[in-house]
Amino acid sequence: MNDNNINAQADREELNSGMKTETTNRGGAYSNTKATLALAKASFRSIIRSPSAVVFTLAFPLIFILVFGFLGGGGTHIDVGISPGPDLKNPVVGMLEKTGMIRLVKDKSKEDFAKLLEKGNVDAMIDVHRKVNSVAYSVNVVYTSASMDKGNILKSVLNNLFYDKNLKPSIAEIKESTVHGREYKTIDFILPGQLGFSLLSTGVFGTAFVFLSLRQTLVIKRFFATPVKRSSIVIGEGIARIGFALIGALFIIVLGNLFFGFTLVHGAITVVNMLVLATLGVIVFMGFGFIISGIAKNESMVPPISNIVTLPQFLLSGTFFSIEAFPKWLQPISRALPLTYLNDAMRKVAFEGVGLWDVKFQIMILFIWGIGIYAVAVKVFKWE
Amino acid sequence: METKKAIISVKNLVKKYDDFVAVQDLSFDVYENEIFGLLGPNGAGKTTTLEIIETLRAKTSGEIIVDGFSVDKHAHEIKQIIGVQLQAAGYYPNLNLIELIELFAGLYGANIKPMEMLEKVNLQDKAKAKYKALSGGQKQRFSIATTLINQPKIIFLDEPTTGLDPQARRNLWDLITEIRSNGTTVVITTHYMDEAEQLCDRVAFVERGQIIALDTPDNLIDKLVSSGFERKKEVKKANLEDVFINLTGKEWRE
Repeated sequence: MNDNNINAQADREELNSGMKTETTNRGGAYSNTKATLALAKASFRSIIRSPSAVVFTLAFPLIFILVFGFLGGGGTHIDVGISPGPDLKNPVVGMLEKTGMIRLVKDKSKEDFAKLLEKGNVDAMIDVHRKVNSVAYSVNVVYTSASMDKGNILKSVLNNLFYDKNLKPSIAEIKESTVHGREYKTIDFILPGQLGFSLLSTGVFGTAFVFLSLRQTLVIKRFFATPVKRSSIVIGEGIARIGFALIGALFIIVLGNLFFGFTLVHGAITVVNMLVLATLGVIVFMGFGFIISGIAKNESMVPPISNIVTLPQFLLSGTFFSIEAFPKWLQPISRALPLTYLNDAMRKVAFEGVGLWDVKFQIMILFIWGIGIYAVAVKVFKWE
Repeated sequence: METKKAIISVKNLVKKYDDFVAVQDLSFDVYENEIFGLLGPNGAGKTTTLEIIETLRAKTSGEIIVDGFSVDKHAHEIKQIIGVQLQAAGYYPNLNLIELIELFAGLYGANIKPMEMLEKVNLQDKAKAKYKALSGGQKQRFSIATTLINQPKIIFLDEPTTGLDPQARRNLWDLITEIRSNGTTVVITTHYMDEAEQLCDRVAFVERGQIIALDTPDNLIDKLVSSGFERKKEVKKANLEDVFINLTGKEWRE
């Protein structure tokens, strides 16, 4: 027994002296970047193998795109711009308002209208003025090729009015012309909205679930027993989540472009701009996820709390319908939500082909949301 | 004993949770390359003590030095030279064993071959399996593999054999002994006294946050016997576990 002890001790000393040099070599080599990337890789692998992430990020948006892509416009209303003039209370305008189908857009300059027409944001423009030396009115209508179907509806409405016996004496003539604009398809509205929603659910649900479950299953505790920094854990997760969201976004955009004719004005550059916006969006939405993972007591609390965050934005942020279609009192709420601005920026970049600098207002609002959310997240996020 | 070098030194350690004192004035040394056992009933403060040494938990007062590093100032350095197996730790979801080892290699900044790590704990056949799909014994061996990735000087094993069948337990003892013979110091907690007797060079009994005895298992038993203690029943040359192993074979099953 004693002999054994002595031998063992000698062995130990040898081993220990050998190990010393090893540790010193290792000590200086610790790399936070390596740790962060290892986490990002692990997290990414885990995400792509988790069915819920794939369903929320890809399947849901694609289903909605399919449904709306084939469904077409839905409830029809026609946006008609009225050119500014002294006499907006004329009988023609009055009759147009009565049809209930036509939404009059006022208070814009002629130049504004010209742009809106070209994009198809208004379906037609109408100019009513009293003819010189006459009690009758002259009605000048400009349609746009960007919205020919709605223009045609307006045309028939106007024709009906023209033959309306009450109105007929006061209308002298209807002049019609058409400007050429890009065709604004349903997909051009629906796809950016779905993309925004996909980013929202990936950011919120994914982040909340992952951090809650890592905390509850003590995975994070085990991480803390390694030299890894907390920031590496958050950044690693973030990289994986953003990477996954961007792949999802790219997939949706390309599919929409190939199969539904989604408009990408400047092609690849537009796609890159959209991905930049997507990145910003996911980062902001991940903040909600961090907050939820902090306040949820267990996994079954994640979906209800996440829905409180995502559902209002899903419905009110112009995902399916334009915000302008909402009642006036609801619109300020819509305009307070971050997804509204992401959707707005996406549509402008994709369909109007503007650069990121032109959507700086939307980007700024997203930034402000981001700062606010992360300020809260830092307070409520729990590691253990 | 006095000639041995302490690799962990705990002095007057105190941990309070609000009004509850989990650890009160605990002092002990762990010597280089020994297997040191922390024994005691549930809630005695074993895990709390381990987690404070592992720099996972803050202490209320006291001093702890791990291989020359203080837990107060050099937690990062300590983490690089220790391996930690937690009582109930989980592993990243949806990853297989190889991928988990790769992840930990990144977290420790270690250059290792994942397959070699799995071979060390005899899990090479399970390389593509998920952690969740492993048996109890395999899970513990995998946990131990993750503690070896950074070639630590000390590993901490918190109840590694709880819930294992006799074969798996013996298998794990062999593994722990092997790790020690490769030069690593092992600190272990357990509820099984036969295990402590067989594995540990020295054991400390912890009760209500205090150490009530610390010595080699042999000395502790001798002391008890010399105080006049006698077992109620004459001890037979074998016990029921020997019967179990004899009947079901030593071979370890998955």
